[in-house]
Amino acid sequence: MLRDITLGQYYQTDSVIHRLDPRVKLVATIAFILSLFIFDGAAEYAIAALFLAIMIKLSRVPFKFMVKGMKAIVFLLAITIVFNLFLTPGEPVFAIWRLSITKEGIRLASFLTVRLSFLIIGSSIMTLTTTPNQLTDGMESLMKPLKKIKVPVHEIAMMMSIALRFIPILMEETDKIMKAQMARGADFESGNFIKKAKSLIPLLVPLIISAFRRANDLAMAMEARCYRGGDHRTRMKPLCYKKRDFAAYAVIVLYLAAGAMADRIVKMVLVLL
Amino acid sequence: MGVIKVKDLIFEYIRRDEEGNVEGITTAVDDVSLDINQGDFVSILGHNGSGKSTLAKHLNAILYPTEGTVWVDGKDTKKDEYLWDIRQTAGMVFQNPDNQIIGQVVEEDVGFGPENMGVPTKEIWERVEESLKAVGMYEFRKHSPNKLSGGQKQRVSIAGVIAMHPKCIILDEPTAMLDPKGRKEVIRAVRALNDVEKITIILITHYMEEVIYSDKVYVMDKGKVALQGTPREIFSQVERLRKLRLDVPQVTLLAHELKQEGFPIPEGILTKEEFAEAIDRCADML
Repeated sequence: MLRDITLGQYYQTDSVIHRLDPRVKLVATIAFILSLFIFDGAAEYAIAALFLAIMIKLSRVPFKFMVKGMKAIVFLLAITIVFNLFLTPGEPVFAIWRLSITKEGIRLASFLTVRLSFLIIGSSIMTLTTTPNQLTDGMESLMKPLKKIKVPVHEIAMMMSIALRFIPILMEETDKIMKAQMARGADFESGNFIKKAKSLIPLLVPLIISAFRRANDLAMAMEARCYRGGDHRTRMKPLCYKKRDFAAYAVIVLYLAAGAMADRIVKMVLVLL
Repeated sequence: MGVIKVKDLIFEYIRRDEEGNVEGITTAVDDVSLDINQGDFVSILGHNGSGKSTLAKHLNAILYPTEGTVWVDGKDTKKDEYLWDIRQTAGMVFQNPDNQIIGQVVEEDVGFGPENMGVPTKEIWERVEESLKAVGMYEFRKHSPNKLSGGQKQRVSIAGVIAMHPKCIILDEPTAMLDPKGRKEVIRAVRALNDVEKITIILITHYMEEVIYSDKVYVMDKGKVALQGTPREIFSQVERLRKLRLDVPQVTLLAHELKQEGFPIPEGILTKEEFAEAIDRCADML
């Protein structure tokens, strides 16, 4: 049952977005998220929506996979909408008892909904088209300047990739320990919250002990294979920019510029129509 | 001097109780000397706690001798400046395959050693390809290690060591956690490396069947070398091995017991074929 959980949500297919350098995708995602918070107005959001739609199309990932990410925030979204609708002061449109929906409330709630859902979809395009490995590599490379202020960039990236490697192993182990305890009469299912939490202790203690043992073994194995930190290290799969990556950077700049001139562009389109 | 030379090695560790007070000193390796030549296949046998793993960790400079000296390729393991050379010359494969694979893809794991050594990218790919081919795992290069069987994982670990171009590989109970099929796969891969690539192999194990192909066997007990010799010389001493709490291969045991019953069968039979021949000869005589 624990094995069903898949890590990351990489969707295997071949598309332009998949082939892009992970650094470009990281920068693009950050730029897109920032733009969502700077943008303020229907015209700008129309540009963002268009950009997002093109990216979804280019990524060749079925749209339903991106909507999956939305499930996690449905609750959050609902609360935000309700609070914004009813609690924003301004010109009332509609009133029940002491609660009133205002014009400003509707505007704020709709912008927030769009903002949050674009944010989730935008970042899931990145995680759906980039393997966790590429992501770690990309982050390590992008954060390299931070090394000058003594941020252990390589070590952080190495820890992340080791964590990714060991999560399935530890999951399997949890499963094993659980079954072993259940065979001896342990009950993980019934009882109230406190009882359930208590029943996890005989599961967590052996798991943590074994994780420490594994860490110790792994450290020894890494040292035996000459691991001595990030200096002097060469890479088997170095990241290098190709033509399409520069093109992608240009697209990001164009998008931001279009956002800045959104009003004029939308007017032009309307006139042309 | 051979590729590995151990002289009067003593390793002690201090036992402490829960408060950190010294309870006593355990001598894990007690006055051991070895000399291993380039290209040899050497096995080290012993039951649990005989000091064989501790000895192995000295050969890769993971542990340092309390007394005595270990030379790997003529370099003293106690000298810091040789540390990385030594770890590259004497590669090490450990018991648990899950706890020594670092990469999330087979080929990336094999490339980990060369990456650490600073090998140029193009050469890393060549080394990865040749090492995976040497252990017969090339077609799995794009797989996740989590999806492989124990024997396959252990072969990937061996490939990861070969990619560093060592002169010598130390395998510390590489088959202890594997099923019989995985054990066979690993031993076959190790023998091929010794035969074809002429890499020195030091195999630490407690499975008797695995040592019959070695050039020399050391049997360890309580930190000391109790017996040494060719596999045949070792397995001729069935009673002695029993005292050291070690089993002999089943064929050897059968031959030994038949001999005890008065049949004219020689001691130290190692394989089924040899046994069949001996029985044939025995039948002719009777």
